[in-house]
Amino acid sequence: MGKKPSQTLSQKVWDDHVVRHGHGQPDLLYIDLHLVHEVTSPQAFDGLRLGSRRVRRPDLTIATEDHNIPTANIDRPIADPVSLTQVNTLRSNCAEFGIRLFSMGQRNNGIVHVIGPELGLTQPGMTVVCGDSHTSTHGAFGALAFGIGTSEVEHVLATQTLPQPPQETMSITITGELPAGSTAKDVVLAVLGEVGTGGGIGAIAEFRGPVIEALSMEGRMTVCNMAIEFGAKAGLIAPDATTFDYLRDRPHAPSGPEWDAAVEAWSRLRTDDDAVFDREVVIDGSTITPHVTWGTNPGQVIRLGDTIPGPDDFDDPAEKDAAARALEYMGFAAGTPINDIAVDTVFIGSCTNSRIEDLRAAAAVAVGRRVADGVRTLVVPGSGLVKEQAEREGLHDVFVAAGFDWREPGCSMCLAMNPDKLAVGERAASTSNRNFEGRQGRGGRTHLVSPAVAAATAIAGHFATPEDLA
Amino acid sequence: MRAVRIVQGTAVPLDRSDVDTDQIIPSDWLKRVERTGFEKGLFSEWRDEPSFVLNREEYAGANILLAGPNFGTGSSREHAVWAIQQYGFEAVISSRFGPIFKNNATKNGLVPVEVGADIAQRLLEAVATDPSIELTIDVQRRTLEVPALGVDTTFPLDESVVERFLEGLDDIGITLRSADAIDDFESRRPAWLPSTPAG
Ligand code: SF4
Repeated sequence: MGKKPSQTLSQKVWDDHVVRHGHGQPDLLYIDLHLVHEVTSPQAFDGLRLGSRRVRRPDLTIATEDHNIPTANIDRPIADPVSLTQVNTLRSNCAEFGIRLFSMGQRNNGIVHVIGPELGLTQPGMTVVCGDSHTSTHGAFGALAFGIGTSEVEHVLATQTLPQPPQETMSITITGELPAGSTAKDVVLAVLGEVGTGGGIGAIAEFRGPVIEALSMEGRMTVCNMAIEFGAKAGLIAPDATTFDYLRDRPHAPSGPEWDAAVEAWSRLRTDDDAVFDREVVIDGSTITPHVTWGTNPGQVIRLGDTIPGPDDFDDPAEKDAAARALEYMGFAAGTPINDIAVDTVFIGSCTNSRIEDLRAAAAVAVGRRVADGVRTLVVPGSGLVKEQAEREGLHDVFVAAGFDWREPGCSMCLAMNPDKLAVGERAASTSNRNFEGRQGRGGRTHLVSPAVAAATAIAGHFATPEDLA
Repeated sequence: MRAVRIVQGTAVPLDRSDVDTDQIIPSDWLKRVERTGFEKGLFSEWRDEPSFVLNREEYAGANILLAGPNFGTGSSREHAVWAIQQYGFEAVISSRFGPIFKNNATKNGLVPVEVGADIAQRLLEAVATDPSIELTIDVQRRTLEVPALGVDTTFPLDESVVERFLEGLDDIGITLRSADAIDDFESRRPAWLPSTPAG
């Protein structure tokens, strides 16, 4: 027997989950954790009923209400009939099929990609799926995590497996050290600026290098969350001491001798030194300053302090076109300094940036200051547990004193399926992950930023970094 | 999914080309939480028109949809296939299908019968004048026979797709043929992996 060929982290996790090799067909992969929410699951459950099928492993399935739920007055019934139907359908499906559900208002409820990690359900080396594209978030733990469609949701419910065609591998290395004031969000926005929205199509991306290793788990989740925005199937980061420290003592993390066995197994989850990736990108982390998107896709990104580009700044005809259309939709002229642009709304939340560390970063900017006149602000914690912790630390008092609106958990203005929406023409600084046309409400204009920049922008009334505030 | 071996019956002539999935089932219908009931949305933009072919009595009870070229292009919505099936069609004949539609059809047990443009056109014209013409689609032999017109032709379908139809296997059914391998995999999973009992 020869030496085992060198493998990347994602190939190792993949191989560990092959139930049946496809031999030219897709491999059949076992799924360790299936996260379910109210929007993409109803027809999957209905499909099970039509086929007289059961959920194979309700104990490896967990459900939450997040996309549709209101973030204010949650003691009252949901007003929108479509939202109400989706939430009620999830409740009856979970009851019928024996799936644990965290409902609106319960302390474990929250955005699907926030609660998995915080409960210790997401662990290194696992396969995690959810009918939601930002499932890539869970890759921060060295898990292979990706979004699936409704018929695949049904497939996983019925079989706890999924046929998957092979993927390419991609490495994204961030070298050096981040400048003070730059965050994980700026790292991933810089990656998007570098590779564009199509740079990862067909690949599983591994983030590596000293900047990534220095990030907290919250920061790593922010980075992996947006891997899907450059088209990657999944994004992941090798687990290390930071990962293990985060997981220790979480409700679903192993304990006692099992903890030791788990850590030993997890420690093997890294890319072999001589493994080769299909694509490699290297970015110098010391050049990453705070970033902001100016257009209508997350790859249209500049630095705070820069001027807004125009069609002439691009060589590629498609990019020229896209720039012209984006300027038109966003309602400003090429050459305008981004810091001169005023905002109507600031949204701090979403599965990208609604964890405790994100709220701490925003509160650190808000403390002792006031939101500019006329700016609407929403601070939406990612889960009931995040909200509880923030309130224990007094962060909500800081926000309220500064004039921010402190809300209940949920997806909220990330995609505006609930009452939190932008009006036509309204402009927002948002810590979410998509600035597509109409994403935060029809005709709304979204600029993606980090929590620190969002808070500073709320206070200045126009785009600003914390350093720009007097 | 139900096994399909032979589809025999009459056809509805939908003499329009480039019917995309948005016309098959308009996007309003995507908000539903059920997997059934889509038959009411089938071609709903056209159904208001009393002379629309689906509203004509002479075609009531037909189980084959005879479409123009480029049927089922546009967005990938599987609802388009559900709507056609739930209305009562078991097969669609066209000289060309949108590839995603065709794939969705085979996953759901709706037989996509792709025939030459000249045959498709002849069928459309003949069925438009004589709604009682009988057609027979044999999935195993991959043939379409219309004795009244002297048509006896073959259509393409992958071997694995034929097997799906004959055995009534959807994707889940195919995977469940590996149930032993799944059981075996489960028995080897490390004990520390998390689980969430209901409650
Ligand atoms: S917060 Fe936004 S991106 Fe995340 S799961 Fe909710 S809707 Fe999707």
